[in-house]
Amino acid sequence: MSRDSESPRLSVAKTYKLYINGRFPRSESGRYFSLSASNGKLTANVSRASRKDFREAVVAARAALDGWSSSSAYLRGQILYRVAEMLESRSAEFVAELRDQGRSQARARTEVSESIDRLVYFAGWADKYQQVFSAVNPVATSHFCFSLLEPTGVVGVLAPERSGLLGLVSNVAAAIVGGNTVVALASESRPLSAISLAEVLQSGDVPAGVVNLLTGFRAELAEHFLSHMDVNAVVVCEHDPVIDDGVAATSAENLKRLLNRCDRDWRTATDPYLICETQEVKTTWHPIAP
Amino acid sequence: MSHDPLSSAPWHYASAPEATDHVLLDERYELFIGGKFVAPKSGEYRPSINPANEKTLAQWAAAGADDVDAAVAAARRAYRSVWSKTKPAERGKYLFRIARQLQERAREFAVIESMDGGKPIRESRDVDIPLAAAHFFYHAGWADKLEYAFPNRSVAPLGVAGQIIPWNFPLLMAAWKIAPALATGNTVVLKPAETTPLTALKLAELIQEADLPPGVVNIVTGDGTAGAALVAHPGVDKIAFTGSTNVGREIQRRLAGSSTRYTLELGGKAANIVFADAAIDEAVEGIVNAIFFNQGHVCCAGSRLLVQESVAEALTAKLKARMASLIVGDPLDKNTDIGAINSREQLQRIRHYLDVGVEEGAELYQSAADLPGKGYYCAPSLFSGVSQSDRVVQEEIFGPVLTIQTFRTFDEALMKANNTRYGLSGGVWTDKGSKIFKMTNQIRAGVIWANTFNKFDPTAPFGGYKESGVGREGGLHGLDGYVELGHRRGKS
Repeated sequence: MSRDSESPRLSVAKTYKLYINGRFPRSESGRYFSLSASNGKLTANVSRASRKDFREAVVAARAALDGWSSSSAYLRGQILYRVAEMLESRSAEFVAELRDQGRSQARARTEVSESIDRLVYFAGWADKYQQVFSAVNPVATSHFCFSLLEPTGVVGVLAPERSGLLGLVSNVAAAIVGGNTVVALASESRPLSAISLAEVLQSGDVPAGVVNLLTGFRAELAEHFLSHMDVNAVVVCEHDPVIDDGVAATSAENLKRLLNRCDRDWRTATDPYLICETQEVKTTWHPIAP
Repeated sequence: MSHDPLSSAPWHYASAPEATDHVLLDERYELFIGGKFVAPKSGEYRPSINPANEKTLAQWAAAGADDVDAAVAAARRAYRSVWSKTKPAERGKYLFRIARQLQERAREFAVIESMDGGKPIRESRDVDIPLAAAHFFYHAGWADKLEYAFPNRSVAPLGVAGQIIPWNFPLLMAAWKIAPALATGNTVVLKPAETTPLTALKLAELIQEADLPPGVVNIVTGDGTAGAALVAHPGVDKIAFTGSTNVGREIQRRLAGSSTRYTLELGGKAANIVFADAAIDEAVEGIVNAIFFNQGHVCCAGSRLLVQESVAEALTAKLKARMASLIVGDPLDKNTDIGAINSREQLQRIRHYLDVGVEEGAELYQSAADLPGKGYYCAPSLFSGVSQSDRVVQEEIFGPVLTIQTFRTFDEALMKANNTRYGLSGGVWTDKGSKIFKMTNQIRAGVIWANTFNKFDPTAPFGGYKESGVGREGGLHGLDGYVELGHRRGKS
């Protein structure tokens, strides 16, 4: 027997990073928080994003907005579908990661399959929600008047805590299929899927800055999501004492849209109204010559 | 001009006053709560002033927090005991009936609207009142068809809606608020603006005559404290507010994170963009309509004129000539183009901004209109030589004050148009269809008029992007602010 076969191979652990503007930095602050498995063994040292990381993510999301929102519905649908393909091909890894974060094998499997299907679901809406939810308005004067949907802009997502992958995927997909760009804060107790999802988004050809994913503490970052003057909407998925009335009130400074998605069952969130909630209705009037 | 046979004989308009003898106003109006007119617990009354001559038209009750509480309780009772049990089709028939009665009494309402708020009778007669009736008629038909508005969902009312409206379109705003709320099965507490309560109170009389069940609509006149009490009331499920961005921000501060829903229709500073290839004479008429309609007391007014440089000089000359021909004066005169400023406070605010503009170095042109000696009036005003960062370019003045800037390229026009915290409306004037779509696609605003301006219709959703508000009113999309969606049985 050789020495080599006596020593078991040491696995290479992944360093979990943030995802900002298509790149994978650790937090500029150098901070981290540790996740442990139920047996107490270290799972990962997760990046703990700072306010500055968040602000850089908003800058990236704003910069990506023009290009993404003006890309065709067909293209956005195909990109979302491509993300589903990438997730499918890496599903075993996502299942293992959810298991590391406390899910049973069966439930982890279900969550990953549902996440893939959710991406396909929203990919299919890309070139349909406009048809279903816009309107031609039969005004009484001689005008052609119509109302269509346009993305609200930069959407902040405070992702669901328990549904670490499926909840995140549902919120991000609903926002970006409608042409918005996103800065999301991952589940605090199940953050690993978010960063692996970022790798999937990147390899799925989602342009840099369209989705930015942060890991860190809601207690620290929620107030920055709500008060940032260049964020147009914030999706709140958790009842959380840190998002008290005072913090929520700061959203009024730029009248950002505040969307309460607490208490949603993400397993049944096949819901085009999630797309509509991060859309603005624009009404245009054209005279008809007499 | 010397070839013009009319030039030696300028137009003189004989006065054409609208008759007021058919209008009956009480000396004093009470609060409309639970289907009855009741004295305010506050015991307080205030005068409503005709801004055209500063005379008192009537006294109105100033509701306190107790009165607001009573109105909310009446709305809740009506919701529980009657309105939520009324068949949707029957709800709709009440609204049809209100629409019809409003049409029958349209002229009376138009005259009162002009007396109370100062707007020209031509506008109250041809725009405000007909549109108010149309809003009731449009929403009436939705009452039993709501499932078609929200595909694959069940639709339920929210409960009691608290609604706060401004003084620029008093009856029309009441209709914008009440009609969709009732059609979707909610009951209402409406607070009119303190300078223009009268047509809402006349509407209360009409609602009583229409036999709407008591408490379904309650109208409490009052000032900002009554509005604040309504916003803070725990028995209110939804607040719908139209007014200034500052008050809207206060409301969101108060309600963000709570279970009370809200929609906000707030201020604006709309760009009205004229390209060199536009029909210039039509554009001039459109510019006048965009900013001087209703004395400029319009949240979606085209208050920032952007003109392509090559036609700026010619257009400005035509615009000034047109401004000089506008008749400013008695709102009840059918010749009047620009009526009275709504209140002394608003006139002071406008004058303040005229001073600010001059101090900032802008050049002020005002038409030499003959202003009446009594009442609140402001001549149509145009600031040129302004820069993008000037306060008169950035802040909402809410009066007959226009700024003019020039641009060379499409991108420059777009950048200037979007360089604002607001996003309510916009206008584009060009002969080229593809350019219209390119511009209307990129202006970040909720309502865009191409080769027209300030058109409204109950079927057309209205509302702002950015700091101009949250949510829409009117049309298919306006229903969303008054309903809770659920899953249809057996479906997902």
